[in-house]
Amino acid sequence: MMPMPDQWLIMPVVLPLLAAALLLCIERVRPNWQAPVSLVVTIALLLLSMRLLALADTGRIGVYLLGNWQAPFGIVLVLDRLAALMLGLTAVIALASLVAAWRMAGRGEHFHAFFQLQLAGLNGAFLTGDVFNLFVFFEVLLIASYALMLHGAGGRALRTGLHFVVINLVGASLFLIAASLLYGVTGTLNFADLAAKLAILPAWNAGLARAAALLLLVVFGVKAALLPLGFWLPETYGSAPGPVAALFAIMTKVGIYAIIRVSFTVFGGMGDGSEGLLAGWGSSILFALGLSTIVLGACGVLATKRLIALVAHLVLISSGTLIAATTLGAAALGGALYYLVHSTLTIAALFLIAHAIADQRGPRSDRFGNGPSLAQPVFLGLAFLIGAMGVAGLPPLSGFIGKVLMLQGSGQAPMATWFWAGVLGSGLLALFSLARAGGSMFWKTHGAAVGLPVPAGTRTGLAVLGVAVLLWVVGAGSVARFTRTTAEQLGQPQAYIDAVLRQVPQPPFARSSP
Amino acid sequence: MTALLFASAIGVFTACGVWLLLRARTFDVVLGITLFSYAVNLFIFAMGRLTFGAAAILEQGKPASLAHYADPLPQALVLTAIVISFAMSALVLTLALKGRIVNHGDACDEETGSVLDNSHR
Repeated sequence: MMPMPDQWLIMPVVLPLLAAALLLCIERVRPNWQAPVSLVVTIALLLLSMRLLALADTGRIGVYLLGNWQAPFGIVLVLDRLAALMLGLTAVIALASLVAAWRMAGRGEHFHAFFQLQLAGLNGAFLTGDVFNLFVFFEVLLIASYALMLHGAGGRALRTGLHFVVINLVGASLFLIAASLLYGVTGTLNFADLAAKLAILPAWNAGLARAAALLLLVVFGVKAALLPLGFWLPETYGSAPGPVAALFAIMTKVGIYAIIRVSFTVFGGMGDGSEGLLAGWGSSILFALGLSTIVLGACGVLATKRLIALVAHLVLISSGTLIAATTLGAAALGGALYYLVHSTLTIAALFLIAHAIADQRGPRSDRFGNGPSLAQPVFLGLAFLIGAMGVAGLPPLSGFIGKVLMLQGSGQAPMATWFWAGVLGSGLLALFSLARAGGSMFWKTHGAAVGLPVPAGTRTGLAVLGVAVLLWVVGAGSVARFTRTTAEQLGQPQAYIDAVLRQVPQPPFARSSP
Repeated sequence: MTALLFASAIGVFTACGVWLLLRARTFDVVLGITLFSYAVNLFIFAMGRLTFGAAAILEQGKPASLAHYADPLPQALVLTAIVISFAMSALVLTLALKGRIVNHGDACDEETGSVLDNSHR
């Protein structure tokens, strides 16, 4: 019997969960096996996500019914183009981060188990088709991320880590309030069923549903580091170890994914217009917040005196740009999805590079100003140059293509001028600060090199990210077509609703009589 | 009357929780999170509507509609939320304890923290 293609949907969650359990078991017995096992599982996840990407590219929406329960009653996993894209991105970042962490893993306990748990949480959050399930996967990935962030950490990192934990716990509580409010209004938690019920919601309940939607926006805004909720980010990312910071590049994107998913798929059919919740004032608020986040990030990039903190502020700029672009119509959203993958890859690479530079500067670490010579100025200099060009959006690299796609797509929107100013201005400021940082790190040096060469793991991780960025540039035409169809698919939530609610449970296996 | 009591209980828990959360000591923050999660759990429960003398299990002879039963789903959600918030509180307590040992004090903001750091030096 041929396995159904939809059965593959559960694998990106189950595989890392099982791997985490296995890694905990072998930690005492065979400590040297942990890293290879973790690597094999991550490569398997990469292959699996490529398979799922091909499956989603056919335009079919895959649905997996957990426990074989019919859709609105059981929990579902849903694979559409957006989910598949995020799964693929997660797998690439995970692979790069894992090989870069090869040496570091021995510094504390359970690194690989937590790493795999984090992947399970991320993949689950991208695949789930249920509000409460999304909450559960958020918690899974957050618990793992707390542990990874504080891996072998000392005093100050503990304090900033506590901030990160507390703000996310409050966010989780708000998430529960929003989810139960939605349940109280509609009697369901399934994305597809919610979308169908919200479209025919009586007017006297619409206010409550909107309140729930805005609460969800606050929760996802905390994850995506949207302006008034994002002050935890620079400190947290700045004090996390390098490979973990690289993995965290995907964490703000979980928030952006959730904003897109909820505003398009769930609330897409609500209200008077066809644009749903994002129509009218909701969209203006989100756009203004996204733009202010860009401004804050640009100010941070200019003001900071440390390289790693500079990269952390680049995360804010990227988040703000993406959120502003999601409110500007389908074409801009398509460009934003292209840019999302690009900026995640380059920021992850920049975190690795910044930590490598800091390691070679001895006690001076990543602070700007006069320091000892680097052990490998040419290699690190070139890597930093390419990363900086990518993140600032200079022509040959994918950042440029992504920005062009977003700006072109925003052409008709009334707020396009502001968006152009924000994107181009922040790119210029980022370029300026990165050039200043590079000059200070590579040219203002004295004395002999004190650091060791960059470990092979970090170099391999950078190579993985570099190849991914290169593919993103070379295949820009077909990738842009894919992200545009993704945006179009998000604009038509009815297909999603039909696919989920009409999925028939599998018939029980026929038992052959002896 | 019960609804009013229930709602004000949620309100009081939330208010106390938020007030404690905004303080600069880890112990207060942990208590705040706990109180806030109590409020949230009660709220989830209330979203299944308050019912009297009704179980969440089907009985013979009673028509199977929500008019005669309590909604079982929010109860399941509350259970999940309790388990998760319990685990999270344990995690925050562990972090707070470790921070107290490493940083010589349970301050959780930079200012109070540096004052404490200096007083210990």
